[in-house]
Amino acid sequence: MSIEREDVEKIARLAKLKVSGVVIEQTTQELSNILGFIDQLQAVDTQNIEPMAHPTDATQKLRADVVTESDNRASFQAIAPASEDGLYLVPKVIE
Amino acid sequence: MYNKTVSELAQGLNAGNYSSVELTRYFLDRIQTLDSKYNAFITVCEESALAEATAADARRAKGDAAPWTGIPFAHKDIFCTEGVATTCASKMLANFVPPYDATVTRKFKEAGAVCIGKTNMDEFAMGSSNESSFFGKVINPWGENLVPGGSSGGSAAALAARLIPAATATDTGGSIRQPAALCGVTGLKPTYGRVSRLGMIAFASSLDQGGPMARTAEDAAMMLNIMAGYDPLDSTSIDQNVPDYTGTLNDNLEGLRIGLPKEFFRDDLNPKMKAQIEAAVKELEKLGAKIKEVSLPHTHLSVPAYYVIAPAECSANLSRFDGVRYGYRCEHPEDLEDLYTRSRSEGFGDEVKRRIMIGTYALSAGYYDAYYRKAQQVRRLIKNDFVAAFNDVDLIAGPTTPTPAFASGSKTDDPVQMYLEDIFTISTNLAGLPAISIPAGEVNGLPVGLQLIGNYFSEARILNAAHQFQNATDWHTRTPANI
Repeated sequence: MSIEREDVEKIARLAKLKVSGVVIEQTTQELSNILGFIDQLQAVDTQNIEPMAHPTDATQKLRADVVTESDNRASFQAIAPASEDGLYLVPKVIE
Repeated sequence: MYNKTVSELAQGLNAGNYSSVELTRYFLDRIQTLDSKYNAFITVCEESALAEATAADARRAKGDAAPWTGIPFAHKDIFCTEGVATTCASKMLANFVPPYDATVTRKFKEAGAVCIGKTNMDEFAMGSSNESSFFGKVINPWGENLVPGGSSGGSAAALAARLIPAATATDTGGSIRQPAALCGVTGLKPTYGRVSRLGMIAFASSLDQGGPMARTAEDAAMMLNIMAGYDPLDSTSIDQNVPDYTGTLNDNLEGLRIGLPKEFFRDDLNPKMKAQIEAAVKELEKLGAKIKEVSLPHTHLSVPAYYVIAPAECSANLSRFDGVRYGYRCEHPEDLEDLYTRSRSEGFGDEVKRRIMIGTYALSAGYYDAYYRKAQQVRRLIKNDFVAAFNDVDLIAGPTTPTPAFASGSKTDDPVQMYLEDIFTISTNLAGLPAISIPAGEVNGLPVGLQLIGNYFSEARILNAAHQFQNATDWHTRTPANI
């Protein structure tokens, strides 16, 4: 399956990536090639085959609902690009 | 000294031939002198390594040393190490110093091992040639124009150049076994869920698995003894008893049934590779193994299925990198949208962006069934092939890679060609099975890897067969000419 420039712009927008200028032509070509390669899958008969999400079909283990973590806010926020008074800082969203 | 295995170094430490501080200093010096040629390390942690070595010597003096106490090793730079930079070879995490240890990191610390540095890799473990690292490509010690394989190419090159006796690695589609093959070392990808993924930076969560890289199967068994085990903090970790993987290394191979998948030995396989792998299989036969042909008919679909599933999972996993909580943030964002988009566009490299976009597309409205669901169905067909084959045989043998190490730059312009490099390794990730690559020959003077795939949780049997092969052959002791 080949995709168009507009598809790539849409995918990039969904993925929060910027693809622009000459790069977009090249990206369109590369993604089309990869999708063309992946298209081999369409020829396979998979009727009645259950999709496989986990190699050993394990199910979620549950634990008792008790507090296990201590408060690590300070150490986690120490590595943030910008934080203040225990809050992460981002550009103003609401004027 | 640099040619000694972990097992030999442990004996030397126990006999008092050298201290851990001396050993650590020795390997630090060796890295400092030689690594400029290979670029195998992103970070060398001299200060913390010497502190850990001092503590290990004190522990040994008290008579409470474990097998790993005082042994220097390296972590792939995907394992979080508290207080030591963990970059995943990305600009996105170039300044990331984790506030916690990965479970694997913690276990090596508890054993008293000495982490001497963090090895280079493909960015976010996405690659088969170690050319996508933000910190520059890794050079294969077997030839300066050759790739070491990827994504654990730094670990493999460091072992091949004898800069370190052991290193951790991870394998999502072949990233332990393929570089091990291309650099002439031993690498084991364990069963999915055998080794905790906590603190191992996620790429494709249903495929990622950490494992050992070493120079011998015996050392890999010693490493797996540390790494394996249930971790309640990893929801996909499996609660199953961990055997002593060194305890069965010397079992004989009499009657071991080994299957050769005809799809791994097709006519288009490089004839020199084929001859080397067939000779290695003959060697296993001499050791008592019974050889028979098996079939894995869906092998050719493993690479396309993988390149839906892995990018889909990566697009979800890597959405956490938003420039807000940690990692790279762009300069002077205009607004929140600009902050997200520019931080991600400037922080990720080309291959990572390519895979995020493929995954985003495969999961987007209208395409989910055609791509993701379809790939998950094909994934089950691939698993079923293995289940059927393991009714008849104990291990499956074949080449790890289609060719020996290839030239830098030769596949970077064509992602699909690069992806096909993993044709023999990817199906075991999709099925979740354990597999090892061991040195088993040479083509044009370059190492060739023999892959042994086992049934679920049969790491002990795989390591046993690999150890017996290494007892009978000397391929694993060969070094590049200038080492």
